Amino acid sequence: MSAHAEAHDAHALHPPEAHRSSRVEPAVLGMLLFIASEIMLFGSFFTAYFFVRVNGNAEWPLPPFELPKFVAGVNTAILVTSSFTIHWALQSIKRGNRAGLQAGLVLTLALGVTFLLTQIREYSRVGFAPHDGAFGTIFYGLTGLHGAHVFVGLTLLTFATIRAFRGHFSVAHHAGVEVPGIYWHFVDVMWIVVYTTVYLL
Amino acid sequence: MRNPFKSEADAFRLVLVALGYFGLIVIAAAINKWLGLAVFALLTALAVGWIIRARREPPQMTGPIRRSAPGERRILVIANETVGGRMLREEIERRSEGYRTHVLVVSPALNSPLRHWVSDEDQARAAAHERLSHSLARLSDEGIDARGEVGDGEPLQAIEDALRSFGADEIIISTHPEGRSQWLERGVVTGARTRFDVPITHVVVDLEAEREDVLR
Repeated sequence: MSAHAEAHDAHALHPPEAHRSSRVEPAVLGMLLFIASEIMLFGSFFTAYFFVRVNGNAEWPLPPFELPKFVAGVNTAILVTSSFTIHWALQSIKRGNRAGLQAGLVLTLALGVTFLLTQIREYSRVGFAPHDGAFGTIFYGLTGLHGAHVFVGLTLLTFATIRAFRGHFSVAHHAGVEVPGIYWHFVDVMWIVVYTTVYLL
Repeated sequence: MRNPFKSEADAFRLVLVALGYFGLIVIAAAINKWLGLAVFALLTALAVGWIIRARREPPQMTGPIRRSAPGERRILVIANETVGGRMLREEIERRSEGYRTHVLVVSPALNSPLRHWVSDEDQARAAAHERLSHSLARLSDEGIDARGEVGDGEPLQAIEDALRSFGADEIIISTHPEGRSQWLERGVVTGARTRFDVPITHVVVDLEAEREDVLR
């Protein structure tokens, strides 16, 4: 019997044995692929934004509206700080400091929730709606898309925090914090891009 | 160059880089629109230049996850078609003398580029497994205690995987002679010497000559 036929017979009974390479951990690889798809998603929204601003030569923001640059700036500082706290949380568990892990995760959650609530509050005060022309659609589309990602990140961090308080994670095993941490930093980087392009430039 | 999202620490560094990059552009644009554009062009050119330079730098050397205790020896053997060759067996025997030796034979599942890209590697893995089984049986007949694994299709990656799981005091790479070996043509041995912080021995196995010797 040929090698191929043997392999086929073996696989008829059960799925082939997964081949794992040390190039990258499966959980991290999954997150990398997810982030790659997210970059494409954000890319399509940014394409629409630049199309409206550059090709459409539209005024930004559309008069008489004003974008809340200061509040969004404070929100940016909050989100960037949350990147420091999640980094601190992970560094803590890598050194075996469980209290640091728990404190870092709780702070990150609190900062993330503050960011999201502030953004929702700003939506109610900004004075225009998504149906107010391309300007409103793009603004709410980009910031809303990002807000949805913050919500997903907060969900992941909530699970990580619950696990941290239940005694999960150790110096050697902390993928459950590392992977949400990567995602959280990605969300942070995207906000820096969104804030700079939509609010400031 | 490392993937900026490969670990949390790398992603955190990217946050800081993004903060600096966009912060400088915003400050410059606040002073003057054209200055902002110039800073954007300059920083982007610097970033592209850094990425190109980082890609040219040789990768960091990878070492094994553990070294053996005194009197012990862990030998990692990478071989494909030459896995059953006499020269290779003799080399393993020679290096095992006087030690309690653990030998791991890794046979990379060599595949065609097309099959690799469509993730059709069953046939390649089955063929590598078959070669490996014969080789392990022969090593066992000669009293060498060896275990085997089918590795990644890329030989250097197969070595790296094995170093992470098995660890090794030395690596033996077995190839066909110069002119007949694809691995030598692709610089696998040279690449391994620059990439891995482990002594590497290159064994040339001439299967045709061995067959002729047997016929005589």
